Amino acid sequence: MAAHDITLTVNGTEHELTVQSRELLVHALRDQLEYTGPNVGCESTTCGACTVHIDGKAAKSCTVLAVQADEQEITTVEGLAEDGEFHPIQEGFQEEHGLQCGYCTPGMMMTATQLLAENPDPDEDEIREALEGNLCRCTGYQNIVNAVENAAEQMDAAAARGDD
Amino acid sequence: MSVESVDPDEVDAADILGSAIERREDPALLTGDAEYTDDIQLPQMAHMAIKRSQHAHAAIDDIDTAAAEEMDEVVAVFTAEDIDVPGNLPVGWLLDTLEQVDHPILAQDRVRYQGDAIAVVVAEERYAAHDAVDAINVDYERLEAVTSPRAALNGAADLHDDAPGNTAFEWEIGDETKTDQAFADASHTASVDLENQLLIPNAMEPRGAVADYNPSTEELEVAMTTQNPHLHRLLMSGVIDHPEHKLQIRAPDVGGGFGSKIHHYADEALAAWAAKQLERPVKWIATRSETYLTDAQGRGHETHGEIAMDDEGDIVGLKIETDANLGAYLSTFAPAVPTYLYGTLLSGQYDIPAIHCEVTGAFTNVPPVDAYRGAGRPEASYVVERLIDLAAREVEMDPAEFRRQNFVPDDAFPYETQVAVVYDSGDYEKTLDRALEMLEYEDFRERQAEARENGRYLGLGFSAYIEACGLAPSELAGQLGAQAGLWESSLVRFHPSGTVTAFCGTSGHGQGHDTTYAQIVANELGIDYDDVDVVEGDTDEIPHGMGTYGSRSAAVGGSSLVTSARKVVEKAKSIAAHQLEADEDDIEFEAGEFRVAGAPDRSMHIQEIAQQAYLAHDMPGEMEPGLEATSFYDPDNFVFPFGMHAAVVEVDPDTGELEFERYVAVDDVGNQINPKIVEGQIHGGVAQGIGQARYEGAEYDDNGQLLTGSMQDYAVPKAEHIPEMETDSTVTPSPHNPLGVKGVGEAGTIAAPQAVVNAVVDALEPFGVDHIDMPLKDEKIWRAVHENGGEE
Repeated sequence: MAAHDITLTVNGTEHELTVQSRELLVHALRDQLEYTGPNVGCESTTCGACTVHIDGKAAKSCTVLAVQADEQEITTVEGLAEDGEFHPIQEGFQEEHGLQCGYCTPGMMMTATQLLAENPDPDEDEIREALEGNLCRCTGYQNIVNAVENAAEQMDAAAARGDD
Repeated sequence: MSVESVDPDEVDAADILGSAIERREDPALLTGDAEYTDDIQLPQMAHMAIKRSQHAHAAIDDIDTAAAEEMDEVVAVFTAEDIDVPGNLPVGWLLDTLEQVDHPILAQDRVRYQGDAIAVVVAEERYAAHDAVDAINVDYERLEAVTSPRAALNGAADLHDDAPGNTAFEWEIGDETKTDQAFADASHTASVDLENQLLIPNAMEPRGAVADYNPSTEELEVAMTTQNPHLHRLLMSGVIDHPEHKLQIRAPDVGGGFGSKIHHYADEALAAWAAKQLERPVKWIATRSETYLTDAQGRGHETHGEIAMDDEGDIVGLKIETDANLGAYLSTFAPAVPTYLYGTLLSGQYDIPAIHCEVTGAFTNVPPVDAYRGAGRPEASYVVERLIDLAAREVEMDPAEFRRQNFVPDDAFPYETQVAVVYDSGDYEKTLDRALEMLEYEDFRERQAEARENGRYLGLGFSAYIEACGLAPSELAGQLGAQAGLWESSLVRFHPSGTVTAFCGTSGHGQGHDTTYAQIVANELGIDYDDVDVVEGDTDEIPHGMGTYGSRSAAVGGSSLVTSARKVVEKAKSIAAHQLEADEDDIEFEAGEFRVAGAPDRSMHIQEIAQQAYLAHDMPGEMEPGLEATSFYDPDNFVFPFGMHAAVVEVDPDTGELEFERYVAVDDVGNQINPKIVEGQIHGGVAQGIGQARYEGAEYDDNGQLLTGSMQDYAVPKAEHIPEMETDSTVTPSPHNPLGVKGVGEAGTIAAPQAVVNAVVDALEPFGVDHIDMPLKDEKIWRAVHENGGEE
């Protein structure tokens, strides 16, 4: 099995590591670099628990080879909060009880942050559509939808105040 | 009606119980700080993977592991021949007629379902372990497979020599003679033949275990996906012959269970055994494909039901015959699910004077079937509520009014049913009336009539559900066959500084116990919520416990915490009386403060007493130092939550397409510790119930091969599939426990399926449709319309 030396920048920190050709990005992140926020739920791009951002775009790290992510910027759930302050999507999930067991939550939030970057004021149908690649078995999705709306409102209010 | 959550810092201590505070477990789960089983890495840790049967039923002629053993990075390969311990998975619930069969952790000469474990590989690395599994060659001689319980009981080849005719048990409840007489005297009857399909639980986190053995101390620590660590400790201790006191089972964060992580499976036992054999840590994590093949499935009933009414429209009798699928072997609590958790709920919310139910448990070539969210109670509620709608149609009554007329009246509690249970409290008209109000019911019926004239088909389906929660009074459980007591244990411990750690033997996996239990304990002790820490899920930390399932945690675990906290207050009161130099009878306790009656300035706070209890410089009489208490709370009875759910749908008879217009849920779960968490449990439960009604089902081909073996093929509902749920609640406290709580974890899953099916059948009434089996896929709906010619 061929080995490859790659560089991954994860949440702003550069890591050099050696991976097998077939090694999935999610396993490189979790097992080698110990970013255990992205979870493995299906190994088939269906459940979305492993969703991270690769160069700013949401991607399911269970169906990306680690070598494909060489030299790219990865953001995991560990990179959402800044200086100990929750990202608005984390606030939204907490306030709206948008999680129960929490296993889908990292992926759910990474998908939601991409939605909000592209569409700062999504309606309910747009949120549900955007989350179609992320499965949750606990919440029935209603409070997840509310959490994304809550985050959108916070981000809108912050923009109005002229925050970063 | 959505509940608004509040910051716990903004809640007065006196109001903490019952407040919709945000959950304290969320920050770890929102940041990646949570620790699930697969997040654990230990030095020298090896990885285990399992060779599973590709056939549903076969004799094993040979297992060739040579190629696997020679592969790089393979540490060991084990087959049944290597198992030097009992290695037989026990069943924890017995019935008089139960045929017990062997359930080896590795199959020896026969496999009985696709996924049955045959061999294990331990390798240095995760992928290498799976490669080696693929290199194991098994010669099979295929045998005929059967997946339907009715077919299994009617002439299929036997799975087990010890269970001729594939009959695991025959069981009945109720009075057959009285029921037959009621039917003979009845003016009207209605009947249904239905299937309550097999479901695959699909907790988002697959099962897994990390086992670590210390040969010097002989201590074996197993971190695993479990809903009941102590129960797993007891069972695993026997299966792998390791002393219970040297076995630690720990639940890290657990990503959902829905029943599937109650049972004791071969896989976790094999990981623990392998770690001990190899004297190094071993991790096993199921792939999603393995969870589809091996997680205990739910439901799986084929049922004939009949209901009888007199000429006033009063129900006079109910008869149920069910063939229940138990799968290939008996899972941990499998015999209880289609019997005592099913037959005892067949009176629903109704005053039914004669009931008889017969259940035959069948072995089939599917994975073992056991408790899945609701466990027996959804099956009961489904057949009852389907029959109620058919009965209302038969006697030409409105389904809401037919229900109202037949409800157990609110002055009849405690109400003893004809199927051996006593309902604690209830007010069924209250939830019906609230639902009717939310539904604008009369307007709906007018709209429905108008729509029909315009070729549009709206339907409204009710579900008046009841469930038995708070498992369970131990003596009663023992009489019914449980091989365990179903009490709950807790320990409430003050620290010298006045903060508290509360230990409870339940084991949450998404339900928010850290938050709700701290609310309970803070309220009892009159201290700040932030001063209470909650610990669950570790057999080395928590004295004892029975775990989380059957909506028992609040009613039994919460009550245990109340009991322990009250013992602590009693001891603190004695210390207060002693130090305040007052008679104990004159000491009053309120909001954490002990006061001498009539002398309000003479007082001590319970946290100050904690310090005094550990200083122990001035204790009363012979009293021991310290301030903590343990209790084993054994409930007096089950608790019986209830509610009225209703779905409003529109069906297109030309295409079979179904759209939700509304979903209304009015639940009465007794007192609520945290209404936001209650609401979340209802949402999630309803979504799983709608999943069963519309999308989900384990499907097998004639060879017993699973056709729905991945998330692409088995439809776990997505965000777009679940309608907005309109929720409200009434509160009828349970008189049986100190919190007045009833339980909410399973309510939605029990209620939703029949609400949806009844709504579709109501919509299609003009086409003469009186039943469609779940899941209600468009094609099935279309076929039901067109079976009758597609004409009104």
